[in-house]
Amino acid sequence: MNIDGITNGLVIDHIEAGKGMELYNALHLGDLNSSVALIKNVSSHKMGKKDIIKVDEVLDVDLEVLGFIDPNITVNIIKDNLIVGKKHIELPKKVTNLIKCKNPRCITSTEQELPHIFKLTDPKTRTYRCIYCESKAKEN
Amino acid sequence: MDNLIDILDLSVEEIDELVEKAKDIINNPDAYREKCRYKKLATLFFEPSTRTRLSFESAMLDLGGYVIGFSGANNSSAAKGESVADTVRTVGCYADIIAMRHPKEGAPLVASMHAGIPVINAGDGGHNHPTQTLTDLLTINMEKGRFTDMTIGLCGDLKFGRTVHSLIEAMSRYAGIRFVFISPKELKLPSYVVDDYLVKNNIPYEETTDLMSALPGLDILYMTRVQRERFFNEEDYIRLKDSYILTREKLSVARPDLTVMHPLPRVNEISVDVDDDDRAAYFKQVRYGKFIRMALILKMLGIE
Repeated sequence: MNIDGITNGLVIDHIEAGKGMELYNALHLGDLNSSVALIKNVSSHKMGKKDIIKVDEVLDVDLEVLGFIDPNITVNIIKDNLIVGKKHIELPKKVTNLIKCKNPRCITSTEQELPHIFKLTDPKTRTYRCIYCESKAKEN
Repeated sequence: MDNLIDILDLSVEEIDELVEKAKDIINNPDAYREKCRYKKLATLFFEPSTRTRLSFESAMLDLGGYVIGFSGANNSSAAKGESVADTVRTVGCYADIIAMRHPKEGAPLVASMHAGIPVINAGDGGHNHPTQTLTDLLTINMEKGRFTDMTIGLCGDLKFGRTVHSLIEAMSRYAGIRFVFISPKELKLPSYVVDDYLVKNNIPYEETTDLMSALPGLDILYMTRVQRERFFNEEDYIRLKDSYILTREKLSVARPDLTVMHPLPRVNEISVDVDDDDRAAYFKQVRYGKFIRMALILKMLGIE
């Protein structure tokens, strides 16, 4: 399947196969007026299969969100058909309102207006814990 | 120090400093009677407590300060749905320091972000209770004269007991400590406590289900209550609650210099005939709790 190259925009590459839609939603790409392509299950030498997102507009993407979903994702910035920049993705130290604490005993369960903040407590296992009750973030 | 939310907010040096200050208060109470004159402590207790609240309040009164507050969410605007943040913003306009207990985990942390005055966590659900741990540490130091080189037995509910986990965390930072964990299989210490504090710091420990065989080797025996509210199932509670009861007769195999501790309240896990044994330290522990809270209030208000 062919999707045209883009002149100015972003290519979010090396997304774990199946996670493209999650990323599309987390970055609110559905709200954009420009063309957006979500390509699923592209063959990849390194990964077997991967997802790719192409956005026909140079956006300020939330690298925190990308890093949390998968720090192996790459972001290429395209201007005049050339790659002019690559963003380095890292595991964010802290994520705010990206995931919800599910512990029923946590203060966030009764006080709705509180931001749900998770801190990276173990980069090796990519463990995030709620700053309030210290519960581990559950795999979604 | 701005707030005390978790015992790990304190370094070993800060704990030693608090313990030394508490000992000085015990020896020279008159020197501290006016230290907090015109200062106000707000005790915000969103759930009931006997010891912790009265201990904080008497600590502040013994320092010459005042106490305001409430005991029970029904006696505050929380009953009208006011948030923790708004409650402490209000209290921050009246008081100089807050001691807060709340049934929800993390509520004191939320309070510390909005109060504008120091916040002490006086217990947040089953999560943290740092002033109980400070009380336990002062008791150990007063009874043993040291923090190093001893065998500490912890008995009862080691799975849900937050005071047990905090004490293990705190004592793991000293040299020559050995632990013996005595509990039924169902209430064993969770693996993350074993991994995070004992394995990681190379601390020797053993696990057993038999109190009698463990008793002779102990310098300290820390008993805990098997709490009804931690069980989902009444049958399990009834079956396990009597598993580990300390009696005067059992104590006959223990060392003469053993120290028996308990965070209280007890139900029946220490029979009352142990109370007048010299080794029983749990009511002394209550008394020490006031002195360590006096030291803590002084430190957090920046008063020498």
